[in-house]
This record gives sequence, structure tokens and C-alpha cells, in this order.
Amino acid sequence: MTTAQQIADAVRAGERSASEVLEEHLAVIDEREGDVHAFNLVMRDEARAAAVAVDAGDRTGALAGVPVALKDNLCTRGIPTTCSSRILEGWRPPYDATVVARLAAAGAVFVGKTNLDEFAMGSSTENSAFGPTRNPHDLDRVPGGSSGGSAAAVAAGFAPLALGSDTGGSIRQPAALCGVVGLKPTYGLVSRYGLVAFASSLDQIGPFAATVADAALLLEVIAGHDPLDSTSLDRPLPPLVSGLGDGVEGLRVGVLTELVHAEGIAPDVRRRVEAAAEALADAGAKVDEASVPAASFGLSAYYLIAPAEASSNLARYDGVRYGLRVDAENTAEMNAATRTAGFGPEVKRRIMLGTYALSAGYYDAYYGKAQQVRTLIIRDFAAAYDSFDVLLCPTSPTTAFRLGDKTADPMSMYLNDVCTIPSNLAGDPAISVPFGAGDDGLPVGVQLLGPALSEATLLRTAAVLEGALQ
Amino acid sequence: MAARITTDDVAHVARLARLELTDEELVLYTEQLAGILAHADDVASLDTAGVPATAHPLPLQNVLRDDVVRPSIDRDEVLAAAPAVEDRRFRVPAILGEAP
Repeated sequence: MTTAQQIADAVRAGERSASEVLEEHLAVIDEREGDVHAFNLVMRDEARAAAVAVDAGDRTGALAGVPVALKDNLCTRGIPTTCSSRILEGWRPPYDATVVARLAAAGAVFVGKTNLDEFAMGSSTENSAFGPTRNPHDLDRVPGGSSGGSAAAVAAGFAPLALGSDTGGSIRQPAALCGVVGLKPTYGLVSRYGLVAFASSLDQIGPFAATVADAALLLEVIAGHDPLDSTSLDRPLPPLVSGLGDGVEGLRVGVLTELVHAEGIAPDVRRRVEAAAEALADAGAKVDEASVPAASFGLSAYYLIAPAEASSNLARYDGVRYGLRVDAENTAEMNAATRTAGFGPEVKRRIMLGTYALSAGYYDAYYGKAQQVRTLIIRDFAAAYDSFDVLLCPTSPTTAFRLGDKTADPMSMYLNDVCTIPSNLAGDPAISVPFGAGDDGLPVGVQLLGPALSEATLLRTAAVLEGALQ
Repeated sequence: MAARITTDDVAHVARLARLELTDEELVLYTEQLAGILAHADDVASLDTAGVPATAHPLPLQNVLRDDVVRPSIDRDEVLAAAPAVEDRRFRVPAILGEAP
């Protein structure tokens, strides 16, 4: 597989044309997209025009000529943005997300909008209103979620790079299940302007790539302060790509006990985490056991906080300004008829759960309590980072499961996120990097966690694991 | 530990959230929400006396931009996405029950 860096270098040197690179990727899409269904929309015409502009020298930059897939909850001006929901079907945003504008300015060629669980709520991409995405490694299995389309697009070779969003693991878990690299940046590092909101204090956009270096390259392009996002960090980003080969000599790595032994972690996944710890020790890291006691409460706190924020954010879908409208006698009935017809079951479930957690009489017991637990999680991570530079644990409890296996019981689906959620609650970065296979031969990802703005450390640690496999 | 969620509670929050549920859905969602909330009881029963709440991972205060005029999103492009428009405004059905 050709990396994004190789494509960018070859296009810049005039050794390959952007159009030729694009046609190769469109050919792979033609061959496998019918089976995989990674995309809600393949942007053939727009992509061809963009590639021609690169070849004419009108578009230059770090990613000139590199095909990129965008999760379909990122606003693209004039191009349908659905969030895989009936309520936004056919909507064409009047503006671009900041990440989309930055990628365009860097010369990227957008190949399509990728499928997701409706409004990014789910861990399998089965909650899409437009049908599930399938795992390119085994079409009977899910790609993970919610950014399953982006993960599958990279795994299938539809694009070397993709963007996803991660509220509770929605980049890292599908990356693990599809055998690609996925990174959730520090909260505020990447602008959320134009990312359709799910849970605003948790949502963060991040990169998917086949290699660690490509993930670093993509993150460098999209990161940075944006006045259009009031929660954007106004701090310079340390270089990511240049330090990738620096190794882990002397790095203090903690194996995160609570998450390695969390409910439902499969033995084959745990063995890969142990193997990763050994590989890091072999490379000179100082590996020991680490404890973040409050991380055990992450899942419970998350499934109160995220639905609470979602119930508020999704109040905007009322049939008035954009998207679906189901007509009725008066506006209140129109609002209800529109939302009832437009939202799928999981979105309704979370809106009601969040509304309940915020309602009079239950606010203190649920939402208020979960916010206090969030403080405990932040404190326990901070204490762990006194002794460790990086924490290691599984990304997902298991390898990719079969379609339909977990759709009947919401709680069994939610348990997929047990290892990824704590980083969202803390606002800290985390990366999933492929590290071998499980007993079923399917990819296993291991997860590296670090304190705020430690992306450079996480990436070079991930690069050591990537190198150890080769 | 909070009391178990009832079908009346779910009907109430569905109304608040502008969602209509069939009788079957009401029973199913009540059962599912009860299952999720049971899992959340480990949080609800935790002693967190004196622990401040975190609403947001960043210690941000008000963020202000410079007070300068800049272009905003095109009005016609916004209205073009609306389900119904009249006189360059969003059109909705009757609000107070008068004839449309």
C-alpha cells in the first residue's frame, strides 16, 4: 500500500499526477465499495476536478494530490452532509468545517463522505440510517464505530487518509477493529467548527491512516487554533512528524491495570497488550503497572454525560431551518412528527436518557454525580502521569464482532467503549495502533494514552510498536 | 440509588424531547433505559462529597473575538436549505393554534 507521504512526495516531485493517484483509488472503490459500504457519498466529480487543479499547479500544500475520506458529520459546503440520519438527508451545508477548509488548503483531494452510526452514536456503524458498513477484513463483521466508514475506507485502500470524530472511542475503536491507526487528539487541539455536535465537551476530530507517520502528517495539517471554535486551544503544536523516529529509550510506560482487567476484555486482546508492553521494554522503555482507579467508573459517567449533552444538542433538529420536515397542524406537532420520523432508535434512546438524567429530581443523582466522577477521573490520570509518560491498555475489549451480535442489547454495545471513554472524559489524547491479530486472525489494536498535548510522545511510542511488528 | 424508571417517566421525557412513542416502543425503551441506568447506579451510589463538578475538560473562561465586521454565511444559501421559506424568512405552521 502506498502511504500518503509517498503520494505527496511523488506528486510534488512530478513523478505521479494527482489524477492518476485518484483514478487508482477510485478503481479500488469501484471494486470493493459494493461489499464494504464505507461511503454515504463518493465524490467522483469533485475529486476529479480537485486532482486536475493539483496537476495544473493551482493547488499545492503538504497533502497536494492525496485522497482523503471525510466522516459524514463534517460539514462540506454544497455537498450533502447527513450524519447517517434521515433527519439530515439531502442537507447541503452552507459552510465548510475548519478541518475541511484546512485540508483543502493543503491540497487534499476529497474522495467521499463516510458512513457512521447516526449522529456518531454507536460502536458498530449498524445505527446508520443508510445501512451498515462492513469490515474489509471480514464482511460478516462490523468495522466498529461510530467512524466505521472512515476506518473501513482506509483499511480497504479507498483512501490513505480519513477523518473521524471521537466522543467516546469513535476513532480508536474502529481503527482497532479495522487494523489501522486512529488518534483522538487533546480536546481543543483540532477545531470542532463544522463538526455536527453530539456531546460538545467530549467530541474531537482526529486522523485515520494506515501508518503512524501518515496519522502524524494528517494531524499536523488539521490541528491549530481556530477563532471560530471558542474551545479551540490557542497554543503552538509541537512538531509531530519530525520526532517520530526518536524511540522510547527511558520513557516511563504504565500498563493501565483497571482497563487491562476491565469487564469483557478478551484473553487474546490482553495477550497483545502484554506483548506490546514487552516490545516497548525491549526498545528501552521502563514499563511498570499503573493504576487510574476512577477509570472504572468512566463508562457509567459517560453514558449519563454524553446523552445529556446530546439531548440538548439535538434539540436543534425541529424541522424549521434545515433537514426533514413532516408537516402537521401546528408547529409543536410538526416538531414532534419530524423528530419521530427523522431519528433512529439509538438516537431516540440517548435523547430520552439524557433528558431523564437532566430532569428535575434526577439531575443531582445522575448528571451532577457523573460530572463529579469526571473530576475524579481527571485527578487520577494526573496522579498517574506523575509517574508515567504514557499509559498502555487495550483499545477494544474484543476483535471485530459479527453484524447483529450486539444490536438487541444497548448495554452490550456500550461496553465496547470501556477502554476508550476515560480519555474523552479527561480531555486527553490517545492513539490506537494495530499490534497483531487475535485468535480469530482479525486485527487487534493497542491503545496509548498520555496527558494533554502529548501527541508527539504518543506517536513516537506508536511508531516503535509499528516497527516491532515488522 | 434512584428509583427504577417507569413507563410514565419515559412518556414524560419523550414529551419533553418532542418524540412520539408507540405503546410497544414505550415498553421497550423503558426496559432498555432501566438497564442502562442500573449500570449507572455505581456512579450514583459513589461518595463524591466535596468533589467539584467538571462540565468541560478545559479551564476556559469567556472567549471573545475582536469586535470587527466580517462576512457571515450567505443568507440565501441558508434559506435554500430550509423546508419552507416566505419573504426570506423560515416559514412554520401555526404556533398558537390559529388557522394557518
